[in-house]
Amino acid sequence: MKIHEYQAKSLLRAYNVPVPNGEVADTPEKARDIAKSLNKTSIVKAQIHAGGRGKGGGVKVAKTPEEAYEAAKKILGMQLITHQTGPEGIKVQKVLVEETSNIKKELYLGMVVDRARDKECIVFMASEAGGMDIEEVAKATPEKIIKCAVPPAVGFSPFEARKLAYGLGLGTDKSLSAQFANITKGLYELFVAKDASLVEINPLVLTVEGNLIAVDAKINFDDDGLFRNPDIKQLRDENEEDPLEVIAKNAGVNYIKLDGNIACMVNGAGLAMTTMDLIKMAGGEPANFLDVGGGASPDQIEKAFRILTADPNVKAILVNIFGGILRCDRVANGIIQAAKNIDMKLPMVIRLQGTNVDEGKKLLKESGLKFTVADGLYEAAEKVVALLK
Amino acid sequence: MAILLDKNSRVVVQGITGSEGTFHTRESVKFGTKVVAGVTPGKGGMDVDGIPVYNRVADAVEKQGANVAALYTPAAFSADAIIESIEAGIGLVVCMTEGIPVTDMIKVKQVLKTSNARMIGCNCPGITTPGVGKIGFMPSFIHKKGNVGVISRSGTLTYEAIWQLTNLGIGQSTSIGIGGDPIPGSGFVDMLALYEKDPDTVALVMIGEIGGTAEEEAAEFIKSNLTKPVVSFIAGRTAPPGRRMGHAGAIISGGKGTADEKFKALEAAGVIVEKNPAEIGKRIQEILAKKKGKKK
Repeated sequence: MKIHEYQAKSLLRAYNVPVPNGEVADTPEKARDIAKSLNKTSIVKAQIHAGGRGKGGGVKVAKTPEEAYEAAKKILGMQLITHQTGPEGIKVQKVLVEETSNIKKELYLGMVVDRARDKECIVFMASEAGGMDIEEVAKATPEKIIKCAVPPAVGFSPFEARKLAYGLGLGTDKSLSAQFANITKGLYELFVAKDASLVEINPLVLTVEGNLIAVDAKINFDDDGLFRNPDIKQLRDENEEDPLEVIAKNAGVNYIKLDGNIACMVNGAGLAMTTMDLIKMAGGEPANFLDVGGGASPDQIEKAFRILTADPNVKAILVNIFGGILRCDRVANGIIQAAKNIDMKLPMVIRLQGTNVDEGKKLLKESGLKFTVADGLYEAAEKVVALLK
Repeated sequence: MAILLDKNSRVVVQGITGSEGTFHTRESVKFGTKVVAGVTPGKGGMDVDGIPVYNRVADAVEKQGANVAALYTPAAFSADAIIESIEAGIGLVVCMTEGIPVTDMIKVKQVLKTSNARMIGCNCPGITTPGVGKIGFMPSFIHKKGNVGVISRSGTLTYEAIWQLTNLGIGQSTSIGIGGDPIPGSGFVDMLALYEKDPDTVALVMIGEIGGTAEEEAAEFIKSNLTKPVVSFIAGRTAPPGRRMGHAGAIISGGKGTADEKFKALEAAGVIVEKNPAEIGKRIQEILAKKKGKKK
């Protein structure tokens, strides 16, 4: 799960990681009030779940509260387009207004989980090339990134903080290395306590005054850890997600919207991805990823159909089920129920295999529904692509 | 012989009293699996179809000689249950549960490193050795006893591959779902090493998916350690970057972990790469036919 910069910064504050003073605003008036109370040059930053906000016009410096008002007025409500948002952009609902820093140097500090075999630990990454896209740095100048794997049984040790600080050129300065140790300690505690999956402080700014401060912050969380972090779970912002994906998530359906016109309904994540691949291979474009899961009831299947058919791009549907725990007769009943309750006019290819396949096929045949039958995996994809020709 | 599961396997089911646990225990008993005990803390003294339930795994080990654990425990308690099994001396722990936090699995891996236990999962369909038994919930009817090993990160896609083989009259030695989580108990490499040593396995199907480097690690391993032919497919060529595709581990992050990268690595390692998953069975059939031809 992703959260906003202002939410990330408030978590950082709670773990003693210094961040600029500031507050979030949803109106230009409020932005002006915040700038007034800061009483110095401020920066107004669009709050969306995507990077590259500055280049897209979502970040503005304001010398006066009036300028903060004007900046917020421009940014709030705009469709902010960045390299991470897609061509339609994301509507800005909130801005963060905070004090600017006197930058002497920009650093990068990040944390991820290394999932490679025999590693399986949390890793710190730091670089003197702060303020840049770290993936670009990794590609062009990998030697500029220093890594520190934290042994899980021991946890993060002060010597590791010193190692990173030396790598960043802060090691010999007593004050800076102490500040840095404090920041890394806080980040490690936050990462573990809240089940984070990624932390990025980019840039971590060294100010002219000799302070380290997290000027930008991105934190992602492990969805599977949310059950024990209700405070994090409530930071979810549905406005940032595709509306159909929100409906799907709340209905317990695993759905990801794509750009194509052939919808698919599949059981199992691997088979769902494969079905997309096969549609593409057969010359079509998949409209979505959808895994109905192993315990899907006819109601759940009807919900899945409602989500699929709500996408206006969809011109045909491919149902691909390999019944294991999920029985084919149950799927058939779900399809019949959905066809009855939703006015389904789209052409459909159905491929059923596995548990109770004969019962399932019989139910569908007797239902009077119009659909094309396929037995093979690739045959199903070819048939649905052919329907659109 | 096959791998992991054999005639001496005595299974304890953790979470046996839950609806999933009970249902799949019955299915695996029907398949021939020796289930000797169940564990649900607080429900010791009960029984499920005559299978005694204990409060602790240690009791199941001591009283029933359990040496394999099958877990259907809730995600929140699974790491604890896995570690309990390892500590009780269970040699093979198979966890079907989906939704276990990554930081919990980091801890579990630490415990695994200091023990002799093997772990499969989490978030997996389990293991099946036709003729011996099954742990987990692969549909029973798809299997046929034979000499092809099937290993996969996916569930239903594994069934597809097994079903293709069975329909071509080709049986399986052991089929393993290693699970869709970012940090699995065992990776491809661990299992490939076992298959290589297994006299009952002559060829392998390996099904990977986007995310992580398990397939690249497997490719490295295959290049220098595997004499048996491997047919491989990777799911998710059309998956968008940065999105978690159902499985927690199936995500392209920072441009890394794409299907094409993995296909390339496997191809370079001499693996027979098949980009159409409907053709996996046929590739194996060709390999087996060639082997037969050579023997004559």
